Amino acid sequence: MTTTTKSVAPASAYKPDSEGRLLEVDDLYVEFHTAEGIAKAINGVSFDLRQGETLAILGESGSGKSVTAQAIMGILDMPPAVIPSGAIRYCGEDLLTMPEEQRRKARGPEISIIFQDALSSLNPTFPVGWQIGEMFRQHRGMNRSDAYAQAVRLMERVAIPAAKERVKSYPHQFSGGMRQRIMIAMAIALDPAVLIADEPTTALDVTVQAQIMALLAELQDERQMGLILITHDLGVVADVADRAAVMYAGRIVAKADIEDLYARPAHPYTRGLLESIPRLDQKGQTLAAIGGLPPNLTRIPPGCTFNPRCRMSQDICREQEPDLLPIAGQMSRCHFAEEVLNG
Amino acid sequence: MADVILKADDLVKHYPIKGGVLRTTVGHVKAVDGVSFELHRGETLGIVGESGCGKSTLGRVLMRLEEPTAGTVNFDGIDMFSQSGSAMRKLRRDIQIVFQDPYTSLNPRKTVGDIVAEPFEIHPDVVPKGGRKKAVQELLALVGLNPEHINRYPHQFSGGQRQRIGIARGIALRPKVLICDEPVSALDVSVQAQVINLMEKLQDELGLSYIFIAHDLSVVRHISDRVGVMYLGRMVELGTEEEIYQRPTHPYTQALLSAVPVPDPTMRGKREQIVLTGDVPSPANPPKGCRFHTRCFKAQERCSVDDPELMDRPDGVAAHRSACHYAEPRVIVETVDVSALAPDPRFATTDVVDHDAFSDDGGLLPADAASMAERSHASGESEGPMDRPHDITRVVDNDPSEKRDPTN
Repeated sequence: MTTTTKSVAPASAYKPDSEGRLLEVDDLYVEFHTAEGIAKAINGVSFDLRQGETLAILGESGSGKSVTAQAIMGILDMPPAVIPSGAIRYCGEDLLTMPEEQRRKARGPEISIIFQDALSSLNPTFPVGWQIGEMFRQHRGMNRSDAYAQAVRLMERVAIPAAKERVKSYPHQFSGGMRQRIMIAMAIALDPAVLIADEPTTALDVTVQAQIMALLAELQDERQMGLILITHDLGVVADVADRAAVMYAGRIVAKADIEDLYARPAHPYTRGLLESIPRLDQKGQTLAAIGGLPPNLTRIPPGCTFNPRCRMSQDICREQEPDLLPIAGQMSRCHFAEEVLNG
Repeated sequence: MADVILKADDLVKHYPIKGGVLRTTVGHVKAVDGVSFELHRGETLGIVGESGCGKSTLGRVLMRLEEPTAGTVNFDGIDMFSQSGSAMRKLRRDIQIVFQDPYTSLNPRKTVGDIVAEPFEIHPDVVPKGGRKKAVQELLALVGLNPEHINRYPHQFSGGQRQRIGIARGIALRPKVLICDEPVSALDVSVQAQVINLMEKLQDELGLSYIFIAHDLSVVRHISDRVGVMYLGRMVELGTEEEIYQRPTHPYTQALLSAVPVPDPTMRGKREQIVLTGDVPSPANPPKGCRFHTRCFKAQERCSVDDPELMDRPDGVAAHRSACHYAEPRVIVETVDVSALAPDPRFATTDVVDHDAFSDDGGLLPADAASMAERSHASGESEGPMDRPHDITRVVDNDPSEKRDPTN
């Protein structure tokens, strides 16, 4: 576990921009053209990520958080997906307009991703060492035996016991937590500057979740990666994130530093979510729900997308979509952000 | 203490592992390996544990969906596993189950009406044939769904609504005990709370006893009166909600509690974390002695030889059942009593009715729906027609179906 890990990374051609930003998503739109109509999965999402920081993207299923990740990675199926406008800049260069050849060079060495379901993300017909080593064969032109040696080194780094013996095992021979460690090993293989973790622990038990989150924090600290943590779990976010963006129906509805998000939420959706989670450290808690469902993305309601479920909703909310505006050091997309913040 | 409605004694469920050319039994998966507990009338017993600990198998054995390898279950004075034929069928009325996955536990080819009425087909004497449609509609209203949706199919409902259908089916025969196997774990948080509140309301109104199987310790704390913690087919600790969460004595319970993230960033780094190393051993070949000793931070030599019994051990205040030789209480979560606080009604609701199942333009107001649910329950036992508000016929469907979008 004490193996040096920076050994194979050549100096990156990319440097954070003058303001220290690694990644900048700028007014991104993603649509899915389906038989039922156009599903507007992402509607003008903007955020940035700096070196060494953890940005959480919080949202329920269907909020567009995974689509955002897939758009950044360039792994959306197009069609049915279409990106009508927006930019995703990595160190100032737009990944969306970059030739595919160049983007392939960024994907892996610069930006990589961990998926939720390690079992279906790993190829069942190849040994795990082969799959980790593929990163080195593809991007570094290594031969098989060197790539295997690197795979062992990485498996040791993510604390897989008996890595040497297990490097030729197949994914099904590992437990869920160990498979997720293999995913992490693949993702960090080429020392990326940005790591996207899409629900990395949702399928895992709590004790294993704690191990994986600790491992991610350690790796991030060691390599100063920018980490985008995509999750629906407000507990995990509170534990690790520096900042959070809350997504609802393809929009960022709130953005805040982590302590503000929990202590002074400025959007009714965030408030509602916080009221609806049972807490381990509370007894006699009265649970409350937001009620209703997120909108169908092919028929997004006019006005504020949250208005049909919002209990503060007024006429203006049904007519005019609020902008994401700054308020008390945070951002909120609500006509009544001030009241929410102060109430 | 309330009287015991269900008592499990040393329940064992082993599954044979077949191997070799002749498919002979080469071993056993010891899914449940000697579990005893009792369930009191009207209470909720939470069963927690990680995947593979045997909690779902326990639920299935209690339903007699699986025959146990050994052990007995006494249900309201009757030995459950010695019953057969009509006596068993009669007994099944009193013990029903709600499954985890609302996407696979409802038959996609049947309408909601058929699904919820199925228990009446099997137990025809509960509701006469002519009254079934009405009975089903009453049940739908009771779980906060629109009774007019009786002819819809499961795919036209969202996850939360489907789980309500599962609950309606579970309570159709007015059981005494409802086994809930991860009933909310497939749901989004904003919907989960509503289903939990619904289950609590139904418990109060129908006098149900719940066995609530879940892996989410926060949800279990919220809903349970007593909690049992399982590890590798065994119950390792059993006590009241307060005993388990405020003064756990078993190292496994302590580790589990410390691993649960608390949604409060100011607690970051301030909570003690017990990190367990390794994975749960295979239930086909559980460790000798205490099953937890291979991952335990307190393990001594004795633990690998001597299997600790689940018995009362001191917890600092009194004593509760724990299966550890070195049981001692340890505060893992600082508990705050918030029973005096009410949720802010401007942001969330404690209402259990599913608003989306009713249209908001010209249909029933949620308040009407709530009172209707109440009324339907009150008239539940009577033969009289359901007292429905006249405007229920105006309910128009506003597309409550959550089309599974391809986006997430």
